[in-house]
Amino acid sequence: MTDLRQTTGAPGSHILGVGAYEPRRVVDNAELCAWIDSSDEWIRQRTGIVERRWAGEDESLLAMTATAGRRALAHAGMAPTDVDAVLVATVTRLAQFPALAVELAAELGCGPAAAWDVSAACAGFGYALAQADALVRAGTARHVLVVAGDRLTDLTDFHDRATAFLFADGAGAVVVGPWDRPGVGPVVWGSDGSQKDVIRQTLAWDAAVAKGQPPFITMDGQKVFKWALTDVVEVTRRAIEAAGLRPEQIDLFVPHQANDRITDAMLRQLRLPADVVVSRHIRQTGNTSSSSIPIGLARLYHDGLVAPGATCLMVGFGAGLVFAGQVAVLP
Amino acid sequence: MATATAETILSQLATIINEVVGAETSTISPESSFSDDLGVDSLSMVEIIYAAEDSFGITIPEEESKNLRTVGNAVAHIERALADA
Repeated sequence: MTDLRQTTGAPGSHILGVGAYEPRRVVDNAELCAWIDSSDEWIRQRTGIVERRWAGEDESLLAMTATAGRRALAHAGMAPTDVDAVLVATVTRLAQFPALAVELAAELGCGPAAAWDVSAACAGFGYALAQADALVRAGTARHVLVVAGDRLTDLTDFHDRATAFLFADGAGAVVVGPWDRPGVGPVVWGSDGSQKDVIRQTLAWDAAVAKGQPPFITMDGQKVFKWALTDVVEVTRRAIEAAGLRPEQIDLFVPHQANDRITDAMLRQLRLPADVVVSRHIRQTGNTSSSSIPIGLARLYHDGLVAPGATCLMVGFGAGLVFAGQVAVLP
Repeated sequence: MATATAETILSQLATIINEVVGAETSTISPESSFSDDLGVDSLSMVEIIYAAEDSFGITIPEEESKNLRTVGNAVAHIERALADA
């Protein structure tokens, strides 16, 4: 039998740079309540959302992810040509193929980098980050651009008073490269397809075409809330343990921004130290699906809340149901 | 939990309600209405039910949780569930 050579990678991987893009148009609750029967007070009380950002026609998924990707590369001090894999987490690419990542790699000038999309809804960033970490540690890639972007408003029923105020648009990115020790902890991830209908698209595309109706996102908010309180909290705890840390060693907590009330409830269960900085940007951004975690990271940098070497706990959870939690050391 | 009385259940449940919505435990009585007196909305109710299930080691089915209008209703349900366990 012939022996094959294989690559060997770095002992660990590390996030080298962070970037995000938030759409220009800010829509507050009062504007939204012009066409749904709700109120600013009710929306704030039930979700924490004060305003959200909706993409305009020129803020396509490609445009938003490209800006986020460029910002992450600039933050890392790297050239696009240094990147040899591009991963895009999205569930709102309205074309089946080619993958957005391929178009993005060309747009950014990443040359012939391997490029593919990851479909894991609001856990997509965590799924893609886990893949990037594994690629770098295996030596399959040296520098990976991990981008998450969604335009949930393309699939939002603006007249559904249960969801219209939640969903929004945005993109975020990180650059992952080799390190002499683990800078991205083990991912604790998984899926529960028995709950596929809890958050779903009302019509598959073939049915939508046949009926001449657009599909929308619909969900059972209370089921999501209970799931977040039980299973997702457990996943978050296990992500801390998997990284070999104790809760008091966590500096920053960036949960997926599904609802500020979910964040409150998770914090009551997790009992993280009182001085942990917690992302709550849903109040200004709405729920941006896959991009909420990297947007949270970029906002923490913007607000000067990240000390170099800070440990950041992240957990994404959403349609599938799917979940992914991990701890990373930030640059 | 053979020794759990309505009084100890009420006290434990009041602590949970206080943690979730901040209502003072001293103001929580069996007559308190979750929505009208304690400011518990449907999301807070989900959290309270889950915390009660966890803390008492019981399950409260979703269809039954919808009928729990007062704290006393919840205490009675928990008491029955513990007796059946």
